[in-house]
Amino acid sequence: MKEFTPAPDSASIVSVTDRVKPVKLGMAVTSVHFLGPRAAFVGGEENVAFVDAKGEVSTVAVHSGGILSTASDGKRLVMGGDDGKVVSLDTKGEVTLLATDPKRRWIDAVALHPDGAFAWSAGKVATVKSGKSEEKSLEVPSTVGGLAFAPKGLRLAIAHYNGATLWFPNMEGSAEFLPWAGSHHAVTFSPDNKFLVTAMHEPALHGWRLADNRHMRMTGYPGRVRSMSWSAGGKGLATSGADTVIIWPFGSKDGPMGKEPAMLAPLQARVAAVACHPKNDILAAGYSDGTVLMVRLEDGAEILVRRNGTPPVAAIAWNAKGTLLAFADENGDGGLLEL
Amino acid sequence: MSEVTSQKIPVTVLTGYLGAGKTTLLNRILSENHGKKYAVIVNEFGEIGIDNDLIIGADEEVFEMNNGCICCTVRGDLVRIMDGLMKRKGKFDAIIVETTGLADPAPVAQTFFVDEDVQKNARLDAVVTVADAKWLSDRLKDAPEAKNQIAFADVIVLNKTDLVNKGELAEVEARIRGINPYAKLHRTERCSVALADVLDRGAFDLDRILDIEPDFLEADDHDHDHDHHHHHGHDHHHHGHGLKHYHDEDMQSLSLKTDKPLDPNVFMPWLQNLVQVEGGKILRSKGILAFHDDDDRYVFQGVHMMLEGNHQRKWKEGEPRESRLVFIGRELPEEAIRKGFESCIVS
Repeated sequence: MKEFTPAPDSASIVSVTDRVKPVKLGMAVTSVHFLGPRAAFVGGEENVAFVDAKGEVSTVAVHSGGILSTASDGKRLVMGGDDGKVVSLDTKGEVTLLATDPKRRWIDAVALHPDGAFAWSAGKVATVKSGKSEEKSLEVPSTVGGLAFAPKGLRLAIAHYNGATLWFPNMEGSAEFLPWAGSHHAVTFSPDNKFLVTAMHEPALHGWRLADNRHMRMTGYPGRVRSMSWSAGGKGLATSGADTVIIWPFGSKDGPMGKEPAMLAPLQARVAAVACHPKNDILAAGYSDGTVLMVRLEDGAEILVRRNGTPPVAAIAWNAKGTLLAFADENGDGGLLEL
Repeated sequence: MSEVTSQKIPVTVLTGYLGAGKTTLLNRILSENHGKKYAVIVNEFGEIGIDNDLIIGADEEVFEMNNGCICCTVRGDLVRIMDGLMKRKGKFDAIIVETTGLADPAPVAQTFFVDEDVQKNARLDAVVTVADAKWLSDRLKDAPEAKNQIAFADVIVLNKTDLVNKGELAEVEARIRGINPYAKLHRTERCSVALADVLDRGAFDLDRILDIEPDFLEADDHDHDHDHHHHHGHDHHHHGHGLKHYHDEDMQSLSLKTDKPLDPNVFMPWLQNLVQVEGGKILRSKGILAFHDDDDRYVFQGVHMMLEGNHQRKWKEGEPRESRLVFIGRELPEEAIRKGFESCIVS
């Protein structure tokens, strides 16, 4: 991959900005995911915009209001809206209604399991639907901040106030509470299933080593962490929230305990969104000033994908093979880069 | 600063003890023909009879920030709802947060101080408290929540005045003033207050902390101008000296004033330390300050331990360079505060 090797004596950063296919979506964007060959940009409300390799945009209506939460497994998107609905969108652009909250409460969080099971939350209640079996619900002590399925088995992590709850929906009475004071939002399992990490309301992450529930405090961010992405193989967790990409080491059995994180790609702007390459030790980061960089984890070498001077980058994602990068800013101006 | 402020969505916090008339006021705001669209965050679905697709049910989930500050509580549900609402920017002009009758307004207000994302998009406009003229005096005795709501208010809608006689009304007003002499007070029946008096007040806007004067002086003038035909107007003639003065046992306001310049190098650490140590007792604070060797007015305001302040503008020609501070709180250590303040005066 010679693109990732900056010329040793070059004073300025290597740029691939001229290879980016610009995308104009004309709507506020909150996330992007690849569905088959197309990038699916999720709008702030109502619509998802598919963009194919030629840069052609086709829009699909998915919710009749704000889109509050999105999860993807590469084959479909599952979304929750302020219309109280959980819907899915497949690669062909077909929308399926999966569930409706009887009180039309907001669907705050969704999660998608590799085997097709999905979960959503409204208020304090998390619900899992797996295959043909019945819906199973669990009420936690306070409103759910985030949901994530474990990589193995049907196990759901539910983030809420003062901790997270781990739950096997098919096992009665299996809910296990992991306490830690504060409000926990997004939650993620490490790919090796050994660690659980939450992004907190305060500018910090919290982690638990699942073997013994030992705490891992990951602090020092100037801003709240809104984007987390596991590096290829799960050795590191890349995060937004600072003016560099912060990558916590999870390669050893102790995780990041007692270790310093790597801090790459410093700019005079806050990292807003990160996406690790699915196969190589590379990540893409979007910043609050609109900059998009590709960064090599090994030595922090940077390649400029998009210049600064726009609203914050809101969405960034690789396709499963790692051959396409998609991104967009808050106003829906973005791009596709083929490698 | 004003320009930025004006782009942020104003948020009105509506509090009031059970049965005071919060829902009546809310319904009025939503049904009146003002051409504005409100997103409303309520604690109880179904009470509102108005069709509005931006009514969001909230759970009033309060949590402590992990920053070592015991009174730094915020409403987690509000953080989440504001996040969601911001996806529908442009669909509404303002937000109203209705709290339950038993709620402490502080966590709501503090949410707008501490959360970076909320702060970026929205600004707290005012805390409006609806009070029941008939029952408030009793509630102030037995319900600490009711007292909090009065102490915290920027605007008090004293409702159901038709259910009390003028003596009772004077009594309840005096009790309110004993706790919070600074809020704008409006006497109403069925919450019939002009919406301009409760919405878009800019009570937390540093640029609009123009004067810190007890409200009743102004209200008094107002009565003289317009309310002579009301019989209760007569009582107010001797307002300045004749009004019964209540001193609430545990909640009071403290006003400090000096026409001598303050030393910012002494004042700032003193104020910071005061709210750190006594922030649990101090509900609200505000100040306009004249610093030594500084041609700018400095203004600040705070909620419990959280302070924000800024140089506001140049002192005008002929404007008396006076510093004024107001604290509203519970069991305020008055002597210590006065002494501390005096030590900040440049001698």
